[in-house]
Amino acid sequence: MKQFFVFVRKEFLHISRDVRTILILLLMPIVQIVLFGFALTNEVQDVKVLFISNESNETAALINHRILSSPYFIPVDTQASATDAESLMKSNQVSLIVNYSRNFNGTMAQEGAGQIELIADGSDPNMASAILMYSSAIIAESLADRAPVSLKGQGQVSLSTELLYNPQMKSSYNFVPGVMGLILMIICAMMTSISIVREKETGTMEILLVSPIRPMFIILSKSVPYFILSVINLATILLLSVYVLKVPVTGSLFWLVMVSFIFIFVSLTLGLLISSITHTQVAAMLISGLALMMPAMLLSGMIFPISNMPELLQVFTKFVPATWYILAVKKLMIQGLPLSSVVTEIAAMCAMAAVFLALSLKQFKYRLE
Amino acid sequence: MSLKESENKNIIEVKELTKKFKSFTAVDSISFEVKKGEIFGFLGANGAGKTTAMKMLCGLLKPTSGQGNVAGYDIATAPEMIKSNIGYMSQRFSLYEDLKVWENFRLFGGIYGMKTKEIEIVTAKMLKELGFEKERNTIVESLPVGWKQKLAFSVAIMHNPAIVFLDEPTGGVAPEARRQFWELIYSASQKGITVFVTTHYMDEAEYCNRVTIMKDGAIEAIDTPRNLKLKYGVNSMDEVFYELAKI
Repeated sequence: MKQFFVFVRKEFLHISRDVRTILILLLMPIVQIVLFGFALTNEVQDVKVLFISNESNETAALINHRILSSPYFIPVDTQASATDAESLMKSNQVSLIVNYSRNFNGTMAQEGAGQIELIADGSDPNMASAILMYSSAIIAESLADRAPVSLKGQGQVSLSTELLYNPQMKSSYNFVPGVMGLILMIICAMMTSISIVREKETGTMEILLVSPIRPMFIILSKSVPYFILSVINLATILLLSVYVLKVPVTGSLFWLVMVSFIFIFVSLTLGLLISSITHTQVAAMLISGLALMMPAMLLSGMIFPISNMPELLQVFTKFVPATWYILAVKKLMIQGLPLSSVVTEIAAMCAMAAVFLALSLKQFKYRLE
Repeated sequence: MSLKESENKNIIEVKELTKKFKSFTAVDSISFEVKKGEIFGFLGANGAGKTTAMKMLCGLLKPTSGQGNVAGYDIATAPEMIKSNIGYMSQRFSLYEDLKVWENFRLFGGIYGMKTKEIEIVTAKMLKELGFEKERNTIVESLPVGWKQKLAFSVAIMHNPAIVFLDEPTGGVAPEARRQFWELIYSASQKGITVFVTTHYMDEAEYCNRVTIMKDGAIEAIDTPRNLKLKYGVNSMDEVFYELAKI
């Protein structure tokens, strides 16, 4: 056992000698949370809206008022025609155009019908659809209220929408689980594999294998410091998300942490696998970067929803460990579901860990060939 | 057991040791003995099978057939026991570069199961012998190659192993530093540590008590440098080597 502690101490020394790396590892979650939480936002905010209406009318006035009373929209102070509006949109002075049809008030009164055209900037599709969804909801609501009493209760359908778990449509609800998956993956898989491969590269692994220390101890003691770093990062991310991004932990914090530990374990075994198939640090870094980070970012549902992907790709996402972790975190943290709802995710992660571990033990050469 | 008997004891005994990698025979039925305290040189061109043979003796590779006994343990059945009783140093290895000198001693002392107190005493003693007392807290990376080599050797024998295996220990070191390194080897041998060294510097072969020359996985010659030179009627080990290569 003493061998083990001697070795763990050595690993901590390696890390402590490399101040730059440790700073990067500790600051990375903070930077990512800030970036994803604030910069990469899909939220509807300060939308510059232009109303185009040929004559003053009651219904339109009500709708305009309702839209502007929502905190997300701000009016553009120009009286513009439909042609001017387009150039305003081009120069980004306007993000939403509400264009009422000719004689809107009249047709509304006579036929109970009218046309409103909503125009948004499709070059930013996420933003545009969010704006359209939000503004059309307000309009629908206003029209329902305006409908003549005589029409009410005559089978008219009123649509009401509600966003469960994330009423304000905050994108941080989506990014926080993603960032958790990404960071834990980078630290555990990438750093562990690099630190093992480094010993191969410098030749010290040879010395260790000739020494009486057990190969298992070498591997285990390599993962200890990175495990601790991951726990620190997990705490940083959770604190930042709760207190800065205001994403609450709705479900059980205990199980959220437990599931994270399972994911950390999966990542460690993955790092082990990478280290057993590579011989240089550069290769280990490239494999972790390309084979782990890219899928973790693009295919895990962190940025792009999995259900929108082609079927073949959807199958592929099942093999990305981060997919399962992010799903589990969303359920436990955001939706506040009980542990029983994430059994599949936990089982999938455990199965992956078992496979990675078996593969890497098979690959790991106890005796230098 | 009298002193004389213990000096004549074989610390390494190898009989018809063979290692095959699929159809390729890297080591072809070699047999030899090494006596306790001897400096035993293991020579041969690259690919002659030196490293494979040495790895089997260190318990890193299982032999395909044949027997080997190192420090009283069988290489096929008790490689772990062998590992605790030998020291090892290779050309590539120059300690952990980002650790301090004393931290390297502490690490390897710990790996070989030495007590903390013992490690401290041995470290202080060895650094004094090398004249490196001032470098105790130096990060290894900043030391000259020759110094690292000496330190690496000291670390390899700090747990007082029965045998120390040196795999081309002086590769890439200046001649003067190489001579100093051999002084260390002699002093270890005088303390009763058997030295098993591979090298391709033929001048170094002259320093060994006995040498073995391997070719294509088999032992071509094994004797003292003096007898080998007499046998082939030449003046240096270098020439002995060329004579053998001709065959």
